[in-house]
Amino acid sequence: MQKITRDVLVEKAASLLENGTVDRVLGWKKGEFDYDLTPAVFTSADDLKDLVWNDFCGANFSKYLIANTKKSASKVLVFLKPCDTYSFNQLLTEHRFDREKVYAIGIPCEGMADISKIKAVTGDGISSIECGEKINVTTIYSDDTVSFDLSDVMAERCVNCKSKKHVAYDELIGEEGDVIESGRFDEVERIENMTADERYAFWQNELSRCIRCNACRDVCPACTCEKCVFDNPNHSLENKAPATSFEEKMFHIIRAFHVAGRCTDCGECSRVCPQNIPLHLLNRKFIKDMNTHYGEYQAGAEVGSRAPLVNYTTEDVEPGDVFEGRE
Amino acid sequence: MQRIGVFVCWCGSNIAGTVDVQAVSDALKNEPGVVFSANYQYMCSQAGQNLIKEAIAEHRLTGIVVCSCSPRMHEATFRKTAAAAGINPYMVEIANIREQCSWVHKDMLTGTEKAIILGKAAVAKVNLNTPLTPGESPVTKRALVIGGGIAGIQTALDIADAGFPVDIVETKPTIGGKMAQLDKTFPTLDCAACILTPKMVDVAQNENIRIFSYSEVTAVKGFVGNFDVTIKKKARYVNEDVCTGCGACVEKCPMKKVPNEFNLNMDNRTAIYIPFAQAVPKVATIDPMHCNMLKNGKCGVCSKVCAAGAIDYKQQDQYIEEKYGAIVVATGFNPISMDKFDEYAYNQSKDVITSLEFERLTNAAGPTAGKLLRPSDHKHPHTIVFVQCVGSRCSACAEKGKEYCSKICCMYTAKHAMLTRDKYPDTEVYVFYIDVRTPGKNFDEFYRRAVEEYGVHYIKGMVGKVSPEGDKLKVQASDLLNNKQLHIDADLVVLAAAIEPDKSARPLATMLTASMDTNDFFTEAHPKLRPVESPTAGVFLSGACQGPKDIPETVSQASAAASKVISLLVKDKLTGNPCVASSDELMCNGCSSCERVCPYGAITYVDKEFRMPNRTIAIRRVAQVNPAVCQGCGACTVACPSGAMDLKGFANNQIVAEVDAICK
Amino acid sequence: MQVNEKKPLIVAFCCNWCSYAGADLAGNNRLSYPADVKIIRVPCSCRVNPMFVLRAFQRGADGVILCGCHPGDCHYTSGNYYTRRRMAMLFSMLDYLGIEKERTRVEWVSAAEGAKFAATMNDFAQTVAALGENKRLEDLRCKR
Repeated sequence: MQKITRDVLVEKAASLLENGTVDRVLGWKKGEFDYDLTPAVFTSADDLKDLVWNDFCGANFSKYLIANTKKSASKVLVFLKPCDTYSFNQLLTEHRFDREKVYAIGIPCEGMADISKIKAVTGDGISSIECGEKINVTTIYSDDTVSFDLSDVMAERCVNCKSKKHVAYDELIGEEGDVIESGRFDEVERIENMTADERYAFWQNELSRCIRCNACRDVCPACTCEKCVFDNPNHSLENKAPATSFEEKMFHIIRAFHVAGRCTDCGECSRVCPQNIPLHLLNRKFIKDMNTHYGEYQAGAEVGSRAPLVNYTTEDVEPGDVFEGRE
Repeated sequence: MQRIGVFVCWCGSNIAGTVDVQAVSDALKNEPGVVFSANYQYMCSQAGQNLIKEAIAEHRLTGIVVCSCSPRMHEATFRKTAAAAGINPYMVEIANIREQCSWVHKDMLTGTEKAIILGKAAVAKVNLNTPLTPGESPVTKRALVIGGGIAGIQTALDIADAGFPVDIVETKPTIGGKMAQLDKTFPTLDCAACILTPKMVDVAQNENIRIFSYSEVTAVKGFVGNFDVTIKKKARYVNEDVCTGCGACVEKCPMKKVPNEFNLNMDNRTAIYIPFAQAVPKVATIDPMHCNMLKNGKCGVCSKVCAAGAIDYKQQDQYIEEKYGAIVVATGFNPISMDKFDEYAYNQSKDVITSLEFERLTNAAGPTAGKLLRPSDHKHPHTIVFVQCVGSRCSACAEKGKEYCSKICCMYTAKHAMLTRDKYPDTEVYVFYIDVRTPGKNFDEFYRRAVEEYGVHYIKGMVGKVSPEGDKLKVQASDLLNNKQLHIDADLVVLAAAIEPDKSARPLATMLTASMDTNDFFTEAHPKLRPVESPTAGVFLSGACQGPKDIPETVSQASAAASKVISLLVKDKLTGNPCVASSDELMCNGCSSCERVCPYGAITYVDKEFRMPNRTIAIRRVAQVNPAVCQGCGACTVACPSGAMDLKGFANNQIVAEVDAICK
Repeated sequence: MQVNEKKPLIVAFCCNWCSYAGADLAGNNRLSYPADVKIIRVPCSCRVNPMFVLRAFQRGADGVILCGCHPGDCHYTSGNYYTRRRMAMLFSMLDYLGIEKERTRVEWVSAAEGAKFAATMNDFAQTVAALGENKRLEDLRCKR
């Protein structure tokens, strides 16, 4: 269960709208299903009745600031969970929006639920979800309510949460947390320890499911190019659909490389993947390698920091030596 | 669509011996865009070049591929040929079928097959070539020299001699730098002032040179040939144009207890002062920290005694904006602070001094009028211990000191030792060293004279501890060659402190977008081949700001930098390398990735308006490459995630076309 | 001009200032290496986009090698340092995806090292030949 309530956010947003500090509010709104919350823009106190804050508010709003700050005459109010603040800073590092046009409220997060973990128990046909002490789920097939503890159905990225600390905000609601030593690289390590054949089979299996819906790219707060190279007819990487297994790999390798050093590991790519491809494991591989070889670096921890791939030391590891100790 | 001509060279038998040139020209005839293909014995010969020129005219060629030797050999030749025939020289590509084909493969079949593939790659590239024109930019014919030590002085004099105006910006009230503080100079032992001060006078009298003393550079904008520099002229409270340097004010100033930094605080000066007799410009400066008139309005003596009426207590800092074509950095060095070297008791005893302090103590214009007296009791020292490498050649992990060799200490210590023994034969002189390094003309002879003729005791080993006891300094040291511990009761200990770049260098480098090494020495454009240029075009390096140097080296580097500046300033226009990066503003995100990897500071950002749908306008931050500064490495093209940044002549699609052609 | 057995194909990106000149020197000294190696000239190793490497594999290359100036000797002072980081990361990622790490290599070859250039190419060609055809990063449509 989340520590602060929806009403606190609504009250805050309403007062800031009313006193003219902000003219747009980025918040979560119910989508087609109770668990399917979509990012929404609220422009009046009346609108705010639809604002939702519960265990399904995974969406990271940082990227939405690029478009919304341009539309706002005053400021945009954005609610940022701790992990969102890293993306927020990273976008500021890249000059993607005007900080002056944002009123950022940091809100604590107890982790978000992963609907697939719930569906694994209840099956499809969820008719309602209520978030309170427990997450109560009903389906169209039964009158019974199934209750879950958030901790049992928490998304992988939240189980391995890297930080409960907000690295950017104008105002903080609730208590500040700390950076956490998480086991987020354990899975990467498990894959690294496979044989090359196993790794190849693993990724072939995962990436072959890719339907190139571009959801991972579109949601990614690091993927903010005016025109993506994959959509650019003048670029040799232009590619709309993966016709071969090469193209499946090509897209994901290049995408991960383009965000390497800029990816804050927010995990949105994996959250939105309709094929449940663990895309974050590609990004985390780069993060882990860069941490190992170039020193600990967390993208977005501070504004203006220099990412490992736009930096160097004269003593860096040789490309042939990064595999040391591996098959 | 291009109309491409292919010209396969036999290079006598060099190519034709292993490559079937006829087969190559036949095969390439069928490549897309190719309308003409021929082979000839020597393409680079006059006849060969004529063949190309005629084919260009006859077949209205838009681009050519020459399959020949390495482009490093004849690319320039064939570009000229193409230009002479009226097509853009950058519409030429070379397929290297000699060095990288016929000379390394023995078999005709293999060689021919590979030559065809290399030819196809070149054709594929030319199909995507676009005519390139080098950019031109004007040159402001004025140079700025930052730092007025011997390096800056020499550079300025040389540039001025060539007829170009030069400005020297010096933070101190006078030019002269460290050399003005020295007594004698090794290995010839001529007096520093005798050789330096005439040069200072030359500077003052040179019509092409302006001196901004007591000034600093606060902002630098622009690029090679076109720098806009802001210079802050600090208020010295004396009108420079009126002051005659008579010194009446200095004589009468009641504030006489100000530490004299020129003598390294070993004596005092007045609040209004002229650093030394031969100062240039010879004008007084009021030290606002110590002047009673400026602090609390109570005094005004100097104003009363100044016959010229030069004193101006209301003077303000003045900012001067000037344009320059070239900038020379000559910020020099300083000895490092001895605060961290407690083992030598520098802070405990006045009689433990640095070598620069020793220079002042032996200088006729110094605090002791050139008599070697101990700072504590003004007695003549009978036993002097010199310690070398204090803070130089430290291990990388050491918290204090520098990893590098300061280069000048071995020689000046030999000089100090020799001069002491020469003037005061009753003095015992010990020098502790790790190694004695004397590479230089007449350097080793000089050092050997100190040992052999003057009986200086050179001991290999380091001093472990100096402890003041009574009026003696107990020196504990090891003699490594004889493997024993030494205890010497010294009267004076002289530390050869490591030298480091002046503290102003780091912020200056940031302003200039010039790169520095980890020790804050400026980096050269190339350590061997371009040692006096910074990687930032139009910025040159003179003297110890680039690395430790003695005077002869500094002066030669200063003149070298000047000659580079002159060869830049004589040009009316700068012609750039046309193969530079450029950003597609429609795609650029303004993320700054490219800027961070650019070694030349060629990339800047502007907020630009873009027309959007429905007659709206959006302002976006986009990268712009200055073609006059970009050197065309291409680092930015890979850093750019959106593909907005591309490199002319080696564009993404060109390289991809080559890859495709090779892999086909 | 029919070649029966499929020979390995190696794309070598060479920096104009060092390795490309090193290759020229190998030629001057008639130091042979397999014709499977095809060189593409780039101004600096840092010009090589990971996309070029993938593209080469897609189009049928069996090995890709980048040659640049020795660290510290870059004509552009820092280009090869960026190359070193980028390629270390890219190669590590390819390895993570199960693609044979022996198919990619970065080697520093100076303009004076003709012998090293030839030796490097001989060794790399041998390594790649031993691996056989590139199957894991091929694009069937581009099969030769």
